[in-house]
Amino acid sequence: MQFTFTEDQNLFRDSLRPLLEKHCTPESIRALWDDERGRSTERWAALASSGLLGVLVPESHGGLGMNELDLVLPLEETGRVALPEPVVETAAVAAPLLAECGNEELAGRWLPAIASGEAVVTVAGHINPAVADAGDADLVLIERAGEIAAVERAALKTERQPTSDPSRRLYTFEITGDATTVASGDEAQAMMQRAADRAALAIAAQQLGITARLIELAVDYAKDRHQFGKPIGSFQAIKHHLANVAVKLEFARPMVYRAAHSIATDSPNRTIDVSQAKAMADEAACAAAKTALQVHGAIGYTWEVDLHLWMKRAWALESSWGSRLYHRRRVADAVLRERGGPSFGFEAVGTTQA
Amino acid sequence: MIDLSYTPEHRALRSEAREWLAKNVPSDPLPSMDTAEGFAAHRVWEAKLNEGRWGMVNWPEEYGGRGANLIEWLIFEEEYWRAGSPGRVNQNGIFLLGPTLMEYGTAEQKARFLPRMASGEEIWAQGWSEPNAGSDMAAIRASARIDGDHFVLNGQKTWASRAAFADWLFGMFRTDPDSERHRGLTFILVPLDLDGITVRPISQLDGETGFAEIFFDEVRVPIENQLGERDKGWSVAMATAGFERGLMLRSPARFQATAARLVELYRRHADEADPSLRDAVARAWMGAEAYCLNTYQTASRLMQGGSIGAEASLNKIFWSELDLSMHETALAILESRAELLPHASAAGDVGGWLDGVLFSLAGPIYAGTNEIQRNVIAERVLGLPRA
Repeated sequence: MQFTFTEDQNLFRDSLRPLLEKHCTPESIRALWDDERGRSTERWAALASSGLLGVLVPESHGGLGMNELDLVLPLEETGRVALPEPVVETAAVAAPLLAECGNEELAGRWLPAIASGEAVVTVAGHINPAVADAGDADLVLIERAGEIAAVERAALKTERQPTSDPSRRLYTFEITGDATTVASGDEAQAMMQRAADRAALAIAAQQLGITARLIELAVDYAKDRHQFGKPIGSFQAIKHHLANVAVKLEFARPMVYRAAHSIATDSPNRTIDVSQAKAMADEAACAAAKTALQVHGAIGYTWEVDLHLWMKRAWALESSWGSRLYHRRRVADAVLRERGGPSFGFEAVGTTQA
Repeated sequence: MIDLSYTPEHRALRSEAREWLAKNVPSDPLPSMDTAEGFAAHRVWEAKLNEGRWGMVNWPEEYGGRGANLIEWLIFEEEYWRAGSPGRVNQNGIFLLGPTLMEYGTAEQKARFLPRMASGEEIWAQGWSEPNAGSDMAAIRASARIDGDHFVLNGQKTWASRAAFADWLFGMFRTDPDSERHRGLTFILVPLDLDGITVRPISQLDGETGFAEIFFDEVRVPIENQLGERDKGWSVAMATAGFERGLMLRSPARFQATAARLVELYRRHADEADPSLRDAVARAWMGAEAYCLNTYQTASRLMQGGSIGAEASLNKIFWSELDLSMHETALAILESRAELLPHASAAGDVGGWLDGVLFSLAGPIYAGTNEIQRNVIAERVLGLPRA
């Protein structure tokens, strides 16, 4: 029983932070807002060189062969810089799906390309009406009518759906050409459930980073901005708003890390653990967004100030791969369904006291 | 690394505790520890726990413990609350003063106080608040004058939980009359039966005499009852406050047990309960779970040599608000029966929820109000400027 990350896992996070800060500045994010593709090839290559894109790709296919516990801290960092590129879809969801699909040809072709940064692969689950990066992806893994299909870019007709976060690229699509069946029946369903769990976990991790960054931005502003002859951060009203967000972040964090552990170990509680993580991380991020805006006041309401990069991302991710209401409903279903539902913590504390 | 599995030793400890508790936990709930009768009954229970060496499992064996580590202590707590065991009447002693004594006490003090604390022979009250020193604890005015080998105490303490029945008090007194604020205070251990001490019980919200005010009139206490350095009591008290806000006083298992009871309550009333309460129950479950995970994380960090600082304030806000919201949800499920006391003939399964609400309402107030905790978080965790 030990609930701390390894030195290597912490080091990976620490080495990634300066790389992301260099390649993913607010200026570089803004520069692509009016670009139809909206994605930076150079940034994607930097991510590949850090090893991040191949964390879940098996070593036999050119990746690092690690698990979700190795990925969760790096994903948090990508949220911290509001990374626009589809690292969740490609590295956290598509890679393990391809690795476990049993189609060696497909895996052999796409996994090395994911790890090296040559390919972007996204995943279309029916929970999302529009699919992140489907218009730019080389391959889309699609959940449809009881099966998972792999469809290459040439076989897809996509239509971009404008979004509030100018960095998001969501598309609806039609399949116009060849589709390869990756899995069908119960197998497809189980695989898609795992994919949805991985997506929700990865987004929850990004929400932690977004929350932390929004708190930093608001704290910095509150130290700097003076009213009534004092920094506004010295006023209790401001302090208490920010303290409330810090509490939400503090208690969402271990939920997300536990969910990563549950996926990595294929725990029977995996799905409900992920739902709890997504619900609490969304809650923290959305509270941070609203609070950071309030602390900034009118200046935070402007297009010029960078605050909305993180605010809009928090809202966008909240609604992606199941909102917090959706995930709390799943928690309620599991907990209330029958006696002896999922146990508390790591072992049943018991649910029989009247 | 993250390894969330228990070792065979952990499992053995869990089953030993589970077995012992199944045999020994009183089948009927004890009367409230805030009454004379209930206090006595809880003291008997503490003695029984100590006989089984379950009083304070993480204390060294010489003080009546098992030398267990924090994870093992959490496992014991899970079993303790799962078994529906009584509350800990000596919680101020075992969870707050005990760890402070281990850190700041002399060898003689540890040997003198800890075993009798673990056994419930000596039950402790906390003497910090004064009529004009509540959230602003540095405004303490109760004084301790040096007279030869004694302190002479004068002044008033208040809101001391269970002081009406307790044997000892740990308090903060101003030893340097010229000092101000948090300087010049000394942490002193005071037997409550000394001449010059008057304890006046105060009835609390539920009508019971849960806390008391204490008057000191030329009370002579031997100088060796000083804990830590003279005039440096503030830092000793801050260590105690850390335990109070953090994982020692409120281990996750009691909130998990409450959440589990809430789930049972909702299941019984699922057909007629308002549908919005499903979400409230899910939130309660998640809150208890998050608190548990956070505590295991903190325990792991402490076992690797880390320490707890201002983060304890994050904890205190979380558990106190969680506890309150779980109890409020229970009352919402009970609907129009929520105001009935458990012995009312129409009470049905109202049980102890109303009592629990009253108790949980105190949570955001004691151990430093949540407003003070938010200031601590803002200034010492987030780095915002002081007012």
